[in-house]
Amino acid sequence: MNFIISILFSGFAVSTLILIPWVGVGAFDLRVLFGVIVPYAAMATFFIGIIVRVIDWGKSPVPFRIPTTAGQEWSFPWIKSNPIDNPRGTGGVIVRMILEVLLFRSLFRNTRLEYRNADGGLKVDYEWEKWLWLAALAFHWSFLVIFLRHFRFFMEPIPSFVHLLDSLDGFLQMGVLPFNGLGVPCVYISDLLMLAAVTYLFFRRLYIPQVRYISLPADYFPLFLILALGLTGVLMRYFLRVDITAVKELAIGLFKFSPTVPEGIGVIFYIHLFILSVLIAYFPFSKLMHFAGVFLSPTRNLSNNNRFVRHVNPWDYPVQTHTYDEYEDEFRERMIEIGLPVEKQIEPKEEPKEEEKE
Amino acid sequence: MADTPKPDELAKIDHTPPVFRGWMDTQPEIRPGIACYGSKSKDLKYVDMPNPRDWSPFDDDWKLPENWEETIHEGFKDRLGRFRSFKLFMDICVRCGACADKCHFFIGSGDPKNMPVMRAELLRSIYRKKFTVGGKLLGRLAGARELTEDALKELWYYLYQCTECRRCSLFCPYGIDMAEITIMGRELTNLVGLNIDWIAAPVANCYRTGNHLGIQPHAYKDMLDFFTDEIEDITGLRMEQDLNRKGAEILFITPSGDVFADPGTFTCMGYMMLFHYLKSLGLDITWSTYASEGGNFGYFTSHEMAKRLNAKMYAEAKRLGVKWILGGECGHMWRVLNQYMDTFNGPADFLEEPVSPITGTRFENAKTTKMTHIIEFTADLIKNNKLKLDPSRNDNLKVTFHDSCNPARGMGILEEPRYVIKNVCNNFYEMPPSTIREQTFCCGSGAGLNAGENMELRMRGGLPRANAVKFVHEKHDVNMLACICAIDRAVLPNLMEYWVPEVDVTGVHEMVANALVFEGEKKRTTDLRGEPLPGMEDEEDV
Repeated sequence: MNFIISILFSGFAVSTLILIPWVGVGAFDLRVLFGVIVPYAAMATFFIGIIVRVIDWGKSPVPFRIPTTAGQEWSFPWIKSNPIDNPRGTGGVIVRMILEVLLFRSLFRNTRLEYRNADGGLKVDYEWEKWLWLAALAFHWSFLVIFLRHFRFFMEPIPSFVHLLDSLDGFLQMGVLPFNGLGVPCVYISDLLMLAAVTYLFFRRLYIPQVRYISLPADYFPLFLILALGLTGVLMRYFLRVDITAVKELAIGLFKFSPTVPEGIGVIFYIHLFILSVLIAYFPFSKLMHFAGVFLSPTRNLSNNNRFVRHVNPWDYPVQTHTYDEYEDEFRERMIEIGLPVEKQIEPKEEPKEEEKE
Repeated sequence: MADTPKPDELAKIDHTPPVFRGWMDTQPEIRPGIACYGSKSKDLKYVDMPNPRDWSPFDDDWKLPENWEETIHEGFKDRLGRFRSFKLFMDICVRCGACADKCHFFIGSGDPKNMPVMRAELLRSIYRKKFTVGGKLLGRLAGARELTEDALKELWYYLYQCTECRRCSLFCPYGIDMAEITIMGRELTNLVGLNIDWIAAPVANCYRTGNHLGIQPHAYKDMLDFFTDEIEDITGLRMEQDLNRKGAEILFITPSGDVFADPGTFTCMGYMMLFHYLKSLGLDITWSTYASEGGNFGYFTSHEMAKRLNAKMYAEAKRLGVKWILGGECGHMWRVLNQYMDTFNGPADFLEEPVSPITGTRFENAKTTKMTHIIEFTADLIKNNKLKLDPSRNDNLKVTFHDSCNPARGMGILEEPRYVIKNVCNNFYEMPPSTIREQTFCCGSGAGLNAGENMELRMRGGLPRANAVKFVHEKHDVNMLACICAIDRAVLPNLMEYWVPEVDVTGVHEMVANALVFEGEKKRTTDLRGEPLPGMEDEEDV
């Protein structure tokens, strides 16, 4: 299997997923299925799945405290320690985790190998490479902003933070068409950022040979899915306008557990909703679980305090060791000869030994 | 033993993996020079490890036990249930590739399966097939594959090309630690008797004689006596050491490599001289022949084996009735002591919180393990002005410092060695920031891979480290690579000879002892290596 098969498979899978609601709603008018049943099933899978996974991880204990230390440990008052990258206690761990989760601190360390072996000289460099970090940050944060902005569809009245986000996100006031007006809304920065970041994350998988080699369909599939989600959203907002009032009626109905399926919402909405449903249903079974896993990672969420706070292994069991007595029994004679102290002297059996020598 | 290619040959490395051929479709050739010899029957038998037999990885038949698949499957399941780290690291990798070019083995070999993510995927693919729904249903499309004999061989080949240095885990956004995965993977290989000789033999030795090299108690004493004579030649003072002495205040444990081969032996002489120096200031210390190993090759075998070997330290401290333990310069030893020992074999409630008898400093950071690193101990002595030092005796040295992986990324002991070095020598230069401290590069021979038959692998793995040394050698004329690790002292000389022959290797306490000015010593003309001190080149050596 190579990257072509991986991409074709993932692309085919996502295309099929787009076709399903298109045909389902467009040709067979299965609005209840795609507007109510599928979203509910997906949400249930999402929440139950995540809980099951996290509990499953949690069931495995952490027998040893194994943080990756990334700075000077706490030792003497006159040596400056690094309380965040080598945390001594919970406070440091919390800061370390916050920086990790919100700012991707470890990824920020990233460098790129530059290996040149020409003109008789070997040159190995580790160069500046923040693009992955930047794209990851742009992607995750814009995704979050877009998600929060969507609350204006789920809630009535619209919460004030959504208004605030809306105006911040849309401050460019730029029309999508060369001219403003004609009812085309202003462009959100988060939309542009997310699409750009996802596109970059896809192209780097193709472009960087090592990343291309390690990529699986499980890497392309969620990227394509998210790209499709974003594109259908953008289409709906800027080009193929749908009846927002009806959409909101459906969304609020879903969240209030009294679903209604209004008439006249365009198929594009059902495609958008279906892709979202697939994404969240796929979530608990996929690498996307990294969002929960990062909190549990023992190399990051533990303090480096093993030498002064005891850590207990819940499944610890006694093991067989080679005791000092066994050791001395084997070497006693030679230990005595060379003048090493021993626990037991050799019992006086010297005399018969003389006879044996004959 | 395979011939190691010449440096300029070996440096021709292509880091581009095949374009169209996926990794599941390539089976590596198990190559001499890269792979180590298989474990011997007698060594596995001695410590009751499964499937003892003589075997070779270069043969087609690895003499696996009948039910090896089931054994590994069961062992896998068991470990997923016992280690959250393992389970999590099997599940959450997104294959972003940040770790790919961080591994010294990938940099030095270009073998794509030496990318940490790829090495982990070798195991993950088996995990997916056995334990995940997606893997069972979709197979290869989900990155899953069967545990075949070929897959096992490939896995083995690459698990024993990882030195558990944790550099990848530093860059991973989720902290996925290849060292942890390698530890688990190696546990699995050990369930079916697939250890390497260079790990299994030291383990058996250590179990029996107390140290990896199999040095028996009388021989151990002989060696210290020999060093005592050497030291007397250099300083005119007789610096006898105590062994197995009950009632001492402190037990000293160092890797056995330090008493065995140059340049570790000079570090060992350094410890001896320091202890002698401090005797009149109130140091009451003993060595032990039973706990005569700081390192722990059991840690490269399984957690259980690590615990079995580590047990000697506390057992001996208890038997001798000491108050606390001082540990020598060693790398993985300190990861075990810092992150495992108390959990393995504690609580050491029969010991006391370490206090320096010379300065009165309490080593609060060793409150429960009761074990202090000698570099902390010495740094504290220097800070409190307890040592009379003449750093000019090391003026012939231009020193750089190699952070060993485990003290750096499994402990965080970065400043103390630098503080000590700067006080005992006048010329100190750092290597580039991306190659030191927490980003340090491995010597290429850790985690039991410091054998002789895999020299090509070691020279490849050590390339990034050597390249950084070469940089400071060319820029600042550096001629001495200092380290606080016995494996480093054993393997870096080979690495330097291969890549940067002008640079030698030393432990930090060798330089301390060179600089240490003793009351009543004769005029020193040579350093511990018997080479003339700066300005003494013309002096007659008596």
